[in-house]
Amino acid sequence: MNSSSRLDATFAALADPTRRAILARLALGEASVNELAEPFAMSQPAISKHLKVLEGAGLIARGRDAQRRPCRILAQPLGDANAWLETYRRFWEQSFGQLDAVLEQMKRERAAAPPAPTRPAKTTAAKTARGAATATTKSTKRKTP
Amino acid sequence: MSTDSLKIVAQGDREIVITREFDAPRDLVFEAWTTPALLKRWLGVFGGWSLDVCDIDLRAGGAFRYLWRNAEANLEIRGSFSDIQAPERIVGSEQFVQPFVSDEAIGTTVFEERAGRTYVRNTVRYSSQAARDGALQSPMEHGMRASYAALDVLLEQRDPQ
Repeated sequence: MNSSSRLDATFAALADPTRRAILARLALGEASVNELAEPFAMSQPAISKHLKVLEGAGLIARGRDAQRRPCRILAQPLGDANAWLETYRRFWEQSFGQLDAVLEQMKRERAAAPPAPTRPAKTTAAKTARGAATATTKSTKRKTP
Repeated sequence: MSTDSLKIVAQGDREIVITREFDAPRDLVFEAWTTPALLKRWLGVFGGWSLDVCDIDLRAGGAFRYLWRNAEANLEIRGSFSDIQAPERIVGSEQFVQPFVSDEAIGTTVFEERAGRTYVRNTVRYSSQAARDGALQSPMEHGMRASYAALDVLLEQRDPQ
């Protein structure tokens, strides 16, 4: 499999919540089909079907022991998918961290000068926000000791 | 790993779902999300990038445009809103026009308030699986960092017991 179609298989396998839960369980250590089926209230054949998809995507491997055939998680394909998601994640993580700071300031400004109760906040906020944000930023800075 | 409540999951073939909790009432989060002067202070503004142009015509049928610059490159997204329910919901289409022209994606952002906190769920539906997977490689990011945080995202850690 080339890296692009392997990623396709990884994402397809991860799209199902039961399969993600199985992987979460296997992240804690290897388990047999019976042990995996237990918490899911699913039949063993249903779990086996999910395991086949995960195995096909190279996310898990099955042991050779004919009786137990324990499943274990494989790190590499997950690592690739992680790297892809990770770049995207960092964009939002950094942005939202800054949004937290903006919201903190907005809350302080609101506490200092509550909006007039007669005016609906929604419409005035959208229309005057650019100017208001600049003005209130300045007023907050003045109050900071 | 921080206590950050950010979750990003690939959903189905074509979607990415981003969820995050904010310690602020919904109308403030909505205002920060839709006001250019405020967006310029938080959206993608790090690592040398600034949001130089941010035009938003916040109504159904209205257009929006974001242009980021750093020392070497421009990044631009344009789109238009199809539904605005302030402060609850924004639906719109968007596409990159710089540094490349991408297919259009449909974004739905839902703001829910519970006990003074706001829960934002942003679902982006791409035109194809290839477009979705491509978007996960944001051109604004370079360094790739292996971290257990990303494993949390993928596995949506849940207690199997």
